[in-house]
Amino acid sequence: MASRDDIKFLSNPNIGQNRKKYCRFRRFGIKHIDYKDSDFLIQFINAQGKILPRRITGNSLKYQRKVATAIKRARHLAILPYVTDLLK
Amino acid sequence: MKQYEVTFIVDPVLSGDEIKATAQTYIDALTNAGGTIVYVDEMGLRQLAYPINNRTSGVYYCVEFQVETGEMLTNFELSLRRDERIMRFLTVALDKYGVKYNEDKRNGLIGKKSKSKDKDKDSKGKGRNEAKKAPAKKAAPKAEAKPAPVAVAEEEE
Repeated sequence: MASRDDIKFLSNPNIGQNRKKYCRFRRFGIKHIDYKDSDFLIQFINAQGKILPRRITGNSLKYQRKVATAIKRARHLAILPYVTDLLK
Repeated sequence: MKQYEVTFIVDPVLSGDEIKATAQTYIDALTNAGGTIVYVDEMGLRQLAYPINNRTSGVYYCVEFQVETGEMLTNFELSLRRDERIMRFLTVALDKYGVKYNEDKRNGLIGKKSKSKDKDKDSKGKGRNEAKKAPAKKAAPKAEAKPAPVAVAEEEE
């Protein structure tokens, strides 16, 4: 009567699996990171304006370094703040 | 031949003409020193992320130029540093990807147009990445990943 498709799980079986992280620069072929593009760089900093580590963003070492330089340049030009609260 | 990019912030307290004149002085200084101007981007009045010299906003200019050797840059930066009308500046040497990126941006492949469209559909970052990547390599896999934004970008070409 009840086919296999009808079986319902009590909890969502996908909940425990965490998605594999990847380096977006490698995957999408982005070669250059613009330090003037604050909307893009904001993804790599936390609410205090600190640079997020690689273990969270999933960037490869090569691009993590480029992201870090771009953020530091942006800070110098007051495009991004050095210290702040409640950014984002 | 090396390509550089200098971004500077002009004091917003000056009148509009003075701001333009200031920027023009430095553009002229670059040409006089043997550089060829590739593009001048007037980014306009922007809010600063933190106050500089008690100012909370500044007029941003970004000048891209080519020059044979970077020796003239020391003098050029010195004059920027001595000028009180300039609040901040940054000179960056561009690699081939940087040159390409700026070119694409100028041609509107990365610019606002596709950006706004992407924002509607997807999170900003991903959409922008697509747009960035599209001009660099017109690869098929992108189209599979995020069909809509890429298609838009390529049509614009």
